[in-house]
Amino acid sequence: MFYREAGDFSTTYPQDSQTFPIKFDRWRYYAVLFVAIFVIPFMVNDYWVNSIFMPFLIYAIAAIGLNILVGYCGQVSLGTGGFMAVGAYACYKLMTSFPEVSMFIHVLLAGGITAMVGVLFGLPSLRIKGFYLAVATLAAQFFLVWLFNRVSWFYNYSASGQINAPERDTFGILITGPNTEAWATYLFCLIFTVLSAVVARNLTRGSVGRQWMAIRDMDIAAEIIGVNPLKAKLTAFAVSSFFVGISGALFFAVYLGAVEVGEVFGITKSFLVLFMIIIGGLGSIFGSFAGAAFLVLLPVLLKIIGVDWLGWPTDIVAHLNLVIVGGLIVVFLIAEPHGLAQLWRVAKEKLRLWPFPH
Amino acid sequence: MPEQLAFTIEVFLNGLMAGVLYALVALGFVLIYKASGIFNFAQGVMALFAAMTLYGIMNGQVPFAHLINAIFGTDIHYFGWNIPAFAAILLTIGVMVLLAWMVQRFIFRYLVGQEPIILFMATIGLAYFLEGVGDLMWGSDIKTLDVGLPQGINIAIDETTYGWFGYGFFIDNLDIVASVVAIILVAALVMFAQYTKQGRAMRAVADDHQAALSVGVSLNFIWILVWSLAGFVALVAGIMWGAKSGVQFSLSLIALKALPVLMLGGFTSIPGAIIGGLIIGVGEKLFEFLIGAPYLGGATENWFAYMLALLFLVFRPQGLFGEKIIERV
Repeated sequence: MFYREAGDFSTTYPQDSQTFPIKFDRWRYYAVLFVAIFVIPFMVNDYWVNSIFMPFLIYAIAAIGLNILVGYCGQVSLGTGGFMAVGAYACYKLMTSFPEVSMFIHVLLAGGITAMVGVLFGLPSLRIKGFYLAVATLAAQFFLVWLFNRVSWFYNYSASGQINAPERDTFGILITGPNTEAWATYLFCLIFTVLSAVVARNLTRGSVGRQWMAIRDMDIAAEIIGVNPLKAKLTAFAVSSFFVGISGALFFAVYLGAVEVGEVFGITKSFLVLFMIIIGGLGSIFGSFAGAAFLVLLPVLLKIIGVDWLGWPTDIVAHLNLVIVGGLIVVFLIAEPHGLAQLWRVAKEKLRLWPFPH
Repeated sequence: MPEQLAFTIEVFLNGLMAGVLYALVALGFVLIYKASGIFNFAQGVMALFAAMTLYGIMNGQVPFAHLINAIFGTDIHYFGWNIPAFAAILLTIGVMVLLAWMVQRFIFRYLVGQEPIILFMATIGLAYFLEGVGDLMWGSDIKTLDVGLPQGINIAIDETTYGWFGYGFFIDNLDIVASVVAIILVAALVMFAQYTKQGRAMRAVADDHQAALSVGVSLNFIWILVWSLAGFVALVAGIMWGAKSGVQFSLSLIALKALPVLMLGGFTSIPGAIIGGLIIGVGEKLFEFLIGAPYLGGATENWFAYMLALLFLVFRPQGLFGEKIIERV
């Protein structure tokens, strides 16, 4: 009834192969974009941006990146935190070395640098598979964090070993530092999130994405039908690390402002992003958003219910959060291995026929 | 004898001891992996949980005290009794067996036949769940576990080596005990697997699930058995590490250290786990001593094991003793 595609005809090939072939989907997508760009920035305050929107947007980018590697190409990685750290430190070095360049370019370049590091750590994937690879990526995680802790060049020889984002702008609007406006940082992250999603969506629909999926489904068979595993795996690592690097740069420069690498980009961060894509749905861009939203909102919700309403101590709520997240992972893997994205797909199928399913 | 060499030998010995402890955790992984093909990421958290439970039972803590206090506004923390270590260990084993049953009953029964990577992720979820439950049950403060194991420098070794080299080696009594316990444990496990009915059934399941099923081995029972054994190994590892560095969250990170150990030794080999553990233990201590601390700014122990495993795997993906990986389309 609400979700109908009767009378929605594609008359050209581009129309048929567009991202949202159904008119209703397309309009909903435009509506969401419109609200995100033109409505939310005028309504948000610091609390909303800092505790909900910014983490959601930034984690969504990281989740998209990891989803490309794990969900589309089937290479499990536990090194996300390490790669985010690369993005953050690359961004920091760029920001301090070239203060006059726009933040926009810094963040993109940070992504590029992370992509190179990602390819380097992706090389073993040509020999190692499955959870052997997962453990191998732990090497990246621990080595990179150690590197940024020990080599003082990376944090400009500061005494605390922390990195602090100086004030930088893009198009004359302050993006980093303590004096930013909520709407500016929100929009800045939003632009990157939307761009990442569009690029990722189109990459995965194209020939590169099909190669990734062929490798994921069965690498030997893919090789036999002419997919070059070297190229497919390394591009997956590069693209994935690029997005993860961007999210790391935003996480440090725009969201936190000051970072201590072991604390912020530790192994728990890798697991958090991995959980996002498991709960959201492996191999789905929408799933990355859903998972990120879920795991960002859950602690906030629990905190509101537990601490503010019931008056429990914060540590109990934090532990409950662990229990719930862990339990949910298991429940999802048992009941719906394809995550929230699959629930969404099923709901859509139902809605198409509703109210006359027969 | 030059001082440097004496130092190196001391570091080597300490590395061996640390390696034994890594091997202890790795052993739990191998047990479960061989029998069910599940790569149990939660092994480290199981060790943490076991150590917490042991501490809680010994000191008569009320389980979920904080949660109960928060919900009902009461103020209870302790039952007010102390249980001797031996009885507490037995009770903890009971808890671990119960946990094994629950894991099998509520999680992995529903995941039979899934891809290995899905099972792996399920164990990550289990790890988080267990960590949260452990913290809720016993509180997340750092505890010092004392079950009466000897601690501190071993005087005899110190004096003997002083007589030989003019430099006394520092070797912790606890490490020696841990090594002895680990050796006994491994011997016992091997005996169990070789000479008992259940052990044979376990190996049959490890070989081929369906064939084992068809000759009347109960998969369900074997899996619970294996998880219980892994829980027991976790308890031993938890006691050792807990006595060494306190019962706290970082204990569960030891499990991560066991992963490169496994990769070196091969996932399917018990001797592999031991030798891999020794190589990693010695390797990282020596690397830190000879190269890391003087040239790289220290703390290389954090990543050395992973890098070693990574490089090693590039040349021999199945590890030292693992079964050769054969892939068919």
